[in-house]
Amino acid sequence: MTPADTARSTDAATAPRLTGEGAAAALMLGDDALILSHRLAEWTGHAPALEEDVALANISLDLLGQARTLFSFVGDEDELAYLREERAFRNIQLVEQPNGDFAQTIARQLCFSLAQELRWTAILDSADCPTPIRELAAKAVKETAYHRDHATEWTLRLGDGTEESHARMRRGMAVMWRHTGELFAPVPGLPLDDAALREQWLTALRAVLAEATLDLPEGPDADAWAAGGGREGVHTEPFGFLLAEMQHLHRSHPGATW
Amino acid sequence: MVTRPPAGRAATAPETASGKATDGPAAPDEATLRAAAASVPDPELPVLSLAELGVLRALRFDRAPVPEAAPATAAHPVRVEVDITPTYTGCPALETMAADLETALRHAGAAEVTVRTVLSPAWSTDDITDEGRRKLAAAGIAPPRPTGPAAGPVGLALTIRCPRCGSTDTTLLSRFSSTACKALRRCDTCREPFDHVKEVRR
Repeated sequence: MTPADTARSTDAATAPRLTGEGAAAALMLGDDALILSHRLAEWTGHAPALEEDVALANISLDLLGQARTLFSFVGDEDELAYLREERAFRNIQLVEQPNGDFAQTIARQLCFSLAQELRWTAILDSADCPTPIRELAAKAVKETAYHRDHATEWTLRLGDGTEESHARMRRGMAVMWRHTGELFAPVPGLPLDDAALREQWLTALRAVLAEATLDLPEGPDADAWAAGGGREGVHTEPFGFLLAEMQHLHRSHPGATW
Repeated sequence: MVTRPPAGRAATAPETASGKATDGPAAPDEATLRAAAASVPDPELPVLSLAELGVLRALRFDRAPVPEAAPATAAHPVRVEVDITPTYTGCPALETMAADLETALRHAGAAEVTVRTVLSPAWSTDDITDEGRRKLAAAGIAPPRPTGPAAGPVGLALTIRCPRCGSTDTTLLSRFSSTACKALRRCDTCREPFDHVKEVRR
């Protein structure tokens, strides 16, 4: 390496940095995006049609880009993604849930992308949120609107489709439902009206489900019996397997590139 | 994509062992460096340049001190800072863009190049120049329609013209295609599938 090679700064060196609550917020949102990105990438080569393969990979890529940007505000992105232990991840449990069948994945996508779009919009509108996160929100909200459209269209098609697709879509929503309470748990550093966001989310979700001839699932989603704890680093069993697969290569071959 | 700077440019800035000093003719002027950056093609849509795509945001120039060992007549080495913005946050071409820009600017005589990724203001397909749109269509990729001043997602119901036969009778096959910024459509007149750069509003 000549001195000239070192003259170009990497992004990591020029990215804005957050500390304290701002960094905690970036990590939480970044972990949500990273883990869901990984789950969606598992569909590559397995989706029901080529177009869906491409669609889910594209959505996964958008989320990976959001995660990388958020991590760049906190520290080294590889270190954050590959070298943290399970308890250090701050993603909500919804995003780590296994893909299940296609309908179950769509149910997770609908719940998450509706919530993420509302949150990006709220962040964008709130001058009290950290500037780097607001700058990302301006970009990410457009991507997320596209993800929400994708999930909505599939929910309608499956819910209002055949008896089989309807049953699967209903089952998918039921599986994901108990993990949705965490979607609007307050995030430190992001002073948003989370209760109001949750109401907006419920209204939007109910409208999509109604059009898809589905009901809001029953059962605990936001009270003491709901699942939760992801933001404190408590995760469900499938998460360990996900991490093992995601981190294996980097840990086995530190610093490997291609 | 290999960047080929105009012949002779590289010779204006011979690098010494330190990799910094230029002791030949005058250091490149800003116009030369701007032209070099503007000519770098997009890695995934090589028919148009980064400038035409609207992702090349800004160039800043700075003259470093002349190294003590250099002859008294030596020009100040030029340091360039370039701002680029991603089309989509996950665009994997961003790192290639940065490397290509650095190569082009160094060939044009820059002593130091720093490429920064900026997010604000967020890229919009309205940032693609008219020339860029013309080149996309010529390459068989339907350019994005202007999105106007309003904010928010764009409805996809409006007609999009087939870049091959010009028919407006086209159907969306998939909202996602070969790259994050494109959708896949088919022309119902000539039956050819084609990519469409999907609209992203400001």
